[in-house]
Amino acid sequence: MFRIDFNKLRFLVCDDNPHMRRILRTLLHSFGAREVYEAEDGATALEMYTHYIPDIVITDWSMPIFDGLELSQMIRQPESKGNPFAPIIMLTAHSEKRRVTVARDAGVTEFLAKPISAKALYQRIMNVVANPRPFIKTKTYFGPDRRRNTAAYIGPERRVGGEMEVLQQPSLLDKARSAI
Amino acid sequence: MAKNKPAPIEIKAFADHHVITQPNPLRKVLRRMAETDLDDPVARAEKALAGLSGEFKTWMIVETDRLAAAHAAALKEGFTKATSEELFRAAHDIKGDAATFGYPSAGIAAESLCRIIEHAPDLGKVPAELINHHINAIEAIVRERTKLDTVATSNALSRRLRGITDEYLTHANRDRPEHLEAILAPSIVPTE
Repeated sequence: MFRIDFNKLRFLVCDDNPHMRRILRTLLHSFGAREVYEAEDGATALEMYTHYIPDIVITDWSMPIFDGLELSQMIRQPESKGNPFAPIIMLTAHSEKRRVTVARDAGVTEFLAKPISAKALYQRIMNVVANPRPFIKTKTYFGPDRRRNTAAYIGPERRVGGEMEVLQQPSLLDKARSAI
Repeated sequence: MAKNKPAPIEIKAFADHHVITQPNPLRKVLRRMAETDLDDPVARAEKALAGLSGEFKTWMIVETDRLAAAHAAALKEGFTKATSEELFRAAHDIKGDAATFGYPSAGIAAESLCRIIEHAPDLGKVPAELINHHINAIEAIVRERTKLDTVATSNALSRRLRGITDEYLTHANRDRPEHLEAILAPSIVPTE
């Protein structure tokens, strides 16, 4: 049985609703987190992301001007200034399956449908901490492997080509590592 | 914040994609729990959340007032992009928050309103009473929450509104299969 040392984690919470931010702050502090940064819109969150280098991002989807989906897409830029690998938990009142697919395709790591519960939030955090997935980079996607269970994958095979070579680490990854 | 020395990142290249495996940078925040450790962070968080519950009614009233203001703006200015978006966001926030704040029926009515705004082909042609009834229902549920005998009525009201909404949207979108599919798809929110 494992436990997370929350006091060693830095969180960035992005939600335009002050009540939901208060709920999230309360839950995270109760788990033991000490560093919880808050943004009320995507643009501020992106600035804070670059500045504070959080370990985990928790973001709402629906926000004015610059929403959580766009925030995720901005974070998941392999050439971006910050760490493109940070786990992103999308906490949203959207509850349709197609939304999960859209969020997944934007590079979101975990999807958590409201109403929020302490247990569900803890489970999502435990999952991103204990079971990180490899990242996939294609022409149109950069983010966590969207196949959670590759051994049992039964969907259409879109990945082609055998293994060719192991590439040298590009500079963008150096930047990401030095930021951690 | 998790202090880790940089570790090598493995990148495997395939014909049309790369697989990038990064040693888990958060591994060091995991610790094995002793069997004697009875600390339960989830229970602690639930207790803290319960400590906030005294404020939930006030928060719901703030959310409901925002919804009513957004509706009033839409009635005054028409369903423009700005007024529709604000009405949707206000309803969407209630949809997400209401159950946490102890008003699940208000959440159901708000979800129904969100579906109207999202899937009606033309908001201006939606019967005004349908939207009015949603706003009035949410306000009434929040105002009357303290009366135990209103819980069943609130549930019945919200579910009836949802039924009428689904009926209206199914008819209004009969020639828009992509919307019909979304309207008829089951919710992913756990029912427990």
